[in-house]
Amino acid sequence: MAEATVTTRLKKLINTPESEVKDALAGMALAHADLIRVEYDPNVIIRKDAPKKGKVGLVSGGGSGHEPMHGGYVGRGMLDAACPGAVFTSPTPDQMARATKAVDGGAGVLHVVKNYTGDIMNFEMAAELARGEGSQVNAVITNDDVAVQDSLYTAGRRGVGVTVLLEKIVGGAAEAGYDLQKATELAKKVNANGRSMGMALTSCIVPAAGKVTFEIADDEMELGIGIHGEPGRERTKLKPADEIAEILTSTVVKDLPFKRGDEVLAFVNGMGGTPLIELYVVYNAVHQYLTKEGIKVSRSLVGSYITSLEMAGTSVTLLKLDAETTKFWDAPVHTPALRWGV
Amino acid sequence: MAVTTAQLVDWIERYAAVIAEQKQYLTGLDAAIGDGDHGINMDRGFQQVLIKIAPVKDKDAGTLLKTTGMALVGSVGGAGGPLYGTFFIRAGTALDGKAEVADADLVAALEAGLKGVVERGKANLKDKTMVDVLTPALEQARARLKEGASIADALSAATDAAEAGMKATIPLKALKGRASYLGDRSIGHQDPGATSSYYLLRTLREALADPPQGASTSTSYVGREQQPTS
Ligand SMILES: Nc1ncnc2c1ncn2[C@@H]1O[C@H](COP(=O)(O)OP(=O)(O)O)[C@@H](O)[C@H]1O
Ligand SMILES: [Mg+2]
Repeated sequence: MAEATVTTRLKKLINTPESEVKDALAGMALAHADLIRVEYDPNVIIRKDAPKKGKVGLVSGGGSGHEPMHGGYVGRGMLDAACPGAVFTSPTPDQMARATKAVDGGAGVLHVVKNYTGDIMNFEMAAELARGEGSQVNAVITNDDVAVQDSLYTAGRRGVGVTVLLEKIVGGAAEAGYDLQKATELAKKVNANGRSMGMALTSCIVPAAGKVTFEIADDEMELGIGIHGEPGRERTKLKPADEIAEILTSTVVKDLPFKRGDEVLAFVNGMGGTPLIELYVVYNAVHQYLTKEGIKVSRSLVGSYITSLEMAGTSVTLLKLDAETTKFWDAPVHTPALRWGV
Repeated sequence: MAVTTAQLVDWIERYAAVIAEQKQYLTGLDAAIGDGDHGINMDRGFQQVLIKIAPVKDKDAGTLLKTTGMALVGSVGGAGGPLYGTFFIRAGTALDGKAEVADADLVAALEAGLKGVVERGKANLKDKTMVDVLTPALEQARARLKEGASIADALSAATDAAEAGMKATIPLKALKGRASYLGDRSIGHQDPGATSSYYLLRTLREALADPPQGASTSTSYVGREQQPTS
């Protein structure tokens, strides 16, 4: 199998594959010492002033390689802690158990878990450990990727772009004093009203694997890609950005479905290897498509916020907004990767 | 005959060696239908296991296996960590305090481990997972012991069943885990977790063989699996 796979030289800004996550964590700790602190073994990024007495703690985590998610979202108005696993591998229960304990200010802790078998099982074990130590823990699962059939025949839809929006909105609500029950309900509402779909132009290389995760020809693209290089729905010939944007957006719109008169947050995300200028090309087409459909874009986010190492490509996430979600989207946030209102 | 903790240590060391040797192969299987990390994850875990079991090698079998499981839960991540971790923790719990393990107790412990895997992952037979290997293997082991076979012979039959179960995952469509995202495109590929579970049975057979087989490093897997490329 590996024999037939083209090996690519590991041309990356790393020291060794084994040290990459820790080296990056050390860099984050130094660069953002005003916002976060980092603990090692188990690896956890914690909001500097945690635990906040009486505030619901928000903990997320996942494989590394999706930066700035999740560590970049630790800070005021968003996450209280993030647990980075090995690249593209869910973190381990001891990390989430430690994070939960570190941010529990007595009002309970909400785990934000992306729907992957590994993440779910590791977070479940962590919640069991944390409850054993007296923390009140709820979990909300994001599963917004429309590229995956949601049926008995799959592990269910993957959690992708909506995760970022949820962490912001629920983080704002927790900061404003929502209790664990209300925060959990809001998180479920955000997930239920958001949908995403992505595409890739190129693969990425997991440093420990040392070669491209999948082969893709120069004139091809993969539609419905996940954020770990998992194959998507279909492999097709490359098309102009406007057409790609329309395929992604129309598929997302039909799924919820988003209807004429709805107000949405439109989020065009870069997969890590796509320049911002191209994301704005995509955003232009997304916005125009939505306007044509009578869907009002009342908030937007454009940039690389949930990535897949150096993969080139984009994803489109739409979130149907109401007064509550809009208010907490607009609320002040101060994290390494998102900052406004402060 | 009874199984000693030393034999179980031998099992774990053999398994760690095979995982290290087949790391690229397992990762390649996972790249085809998952995210290409199964070999890397399992190797990281079992290197950690080798460190963590060093101080408990002369303790009871339960402590050994529970230590193994805890080391896996704390270092593997992904789906493999909770699944293999739970397997060893449950098996170890069933052997609490036992320095020598009766044949039937060993099989019962492995069955308890499998039960834990199913509870954690909720996979059914033919979902194209490690459960498709462990289930028929342990059924064989149990059946052979009942017929009066030795543990070595029972595990020999179990390993054959494991190999058949592993190969039988090839035509299946994955219904659990990352591979399920591919739908029909998962058909035609061997499941990585099923493969690592086959090694688990195979190394246990080697560790309990009568007469004992040579050290793990001399075990040859040439011709069956890809050899490390570097
Ligand atoms: N729900 C499940 N129950 C049992 N085994 C599973 C389940 N989901 C996945 N697996 C096993 O895990 C293997 C993948 O492990 P690994 O690659 O380490 O984790 P991940 O899928 O998180 O990357 C699969 O090949 C399969 O055998
Ligand atoms: Mg995997």
